[in-house]
Amino acid sequence: MTESMQPAQPDEMTQAWWDATREGRLLVQSCQACGHRQHPPRAVCTGCGSTEHLDDIESTGLGSVDACTVVERAPAEGLTPPYVVARVRLDEGVILLSNIDTEAPYEVTIGDPVRLTWRELADGRRLPIFEPAPEENR
Amino acid sequence: MSVAIVGVAESDLGDTGLSILGLQTQAITRALAECGLSLADVDGLATTGVSRFSATQLADHLGVVPTWTDSTFAGGSAFEMFVARAAQAIEAGQCSTVVISFASNQRSARSRSLGGVYEPHTPEAQFEAPYGALYPASYYAMAAGAYLHKYGATREQLAEVAVAAREWALLNPVAFRHESGPLSVDDVLGARMLSTPLTTADCCLVTDGGGAVVLTSLERARDLPKPPVVVLGYGEATTHTSMTTVDDITITGAAISGRAAFQRAGLSVADVDVAQVYDSFTITVLLSLEALGFCGLGEAASFIQDGLIRPGGALPLDTSGGGLSYCHPGQFGVLLLVEAARQLRGECGARQVAGAEVALAHGTGGILSTHATVLLGVDR
Repeated sequence: MTESMQPAQPDEMTQAWWDATREGRLLVQSCQACGHRQHPPRAVCTGCGSTEHLDDIESTGLGSVDACTVVERAPAEGLTPPYVVARVRLDEGVILLSNIDTEAPYEVTIGDPVRLTWRELADGRRLPIFEPAPEENR
Repeated sequence: MSVAIVGVAESDLGDTGLSILGLQTQAITRALAECGLSLADVDGLATTGVSRFSATQLADHLGVVPTWTDSTFAGGSAFEMFVARAAQAIEAGQCSTVVISFASNQRSARSRSLGGVYEPHTPEAQFEAPYGALYPASYYAMAAGAYLHKYGATREQLAEVAVAAREWALLNPVAFRHESGPLSVDDVLGARMLSTPLTTADCCLVTDGGGAVVLTSLERARDLPKPPVVVLGYGEATTHTSMTTVDDITITGAAISGRAAFQRAGLSVADVDVAQVYDSFTITVLLSLEALGFCGLGEAASFIQDGLIRPGGALPLDTSGGGLSYCHPGQFGVLLLVEAARQLRGECGARQVAGAEVALAHGTGGILSTHATVLLGVDR
């Protein structure tokens, strides 16, 4: 796979999300007023505009590939193509950008079931990535 | 509407070794000269890509004191947005003569990076940058992959956009690929893969270049040397910056911008004689044609086969050779306007679309983030 670039530092809206990754929990922001779910975390619900009703739910870590591409040229040092960049649609409804960790990057297809795994970061945070989960085909 | 384009010009193109402001100056002074105006007439200035204070910087450099400026930073679609704002400003009397311009020396300055630029305070720097996507190529690649998957289209069909662009470039003496000979579907598929399913031949050029467009009231335009190119309609839509916001990446904001532009102009796609549609990537053209209403969703791949968008086809598209084969200075939108205006004036020589009376210019910026459509017509 590939060495990942470091994500930028959290801010007050994303601190809880990144803190949860240290415990291996993937959070999805959910609005208690309208039921809307969103990623990344914000201070406002983009569904209903509420700033008072946002809460976090924990993702099961299951989802499917919404769109994907195999990157064949590295955009920065420390990255080793080919690797898969994908939009993963979590079962909770939101879409994350991620990598699909696989020995067969060209086999990854839209609709493929995937499950959460983690990549350790130098500062103790973890980066959510995904791996094929054919047994989860639902 | 009562505003017209009266002057257009390109700067030097390709690999110039010139500065951004030097290229801007070339384009602007050439565009003013061809319509008999000078910098002293300019009281409105819209540009981007110069510096953080783009229009301010350019005004200072040119020694003008505009009463209206716009530096909206919306990628390649900004210039079609500028036409709308300029028309409104002229109609409202805030200014009388607007220059819209852009230039980049990205090829000679080697300033383009495959990974793009993530500003550290943006959500994308936390949630997207770590995954190593090429920016913007991987987003367009995901859109292309999703499109091919959803509709069962093929890379060969996608390649037709690049093949057609090259055919046009062979007719345009200033196109970067003018001397490169024809491009085949096999050439496109066999070019170096960048981010599947897009090869380097599915991606726009990286060149220097720039352009300028001068607008004023239609009434005044009729007294100037060039035939007026009338602004008939415009519309825009801004949909996202993140790669994850949009639910279906095969449907773009061009649907909103196009509908608004056609409605404002009282026209339909059937009225368009020549189309300048931003071709940052081959997929961009397919998605835009569908969203603009030239064909149904999922139909563009087969719609453009059999030479529809090539020279002699029923929908002449990107007649300069486009960003794929003519020039792509990073933000191509101003050059879409330049070519549209020249087609309506009948100045395009070997690539002229006979009798063109209505032209569409559609800009796309970012990662299918911003969309702006302008309809232009001859003065009737």
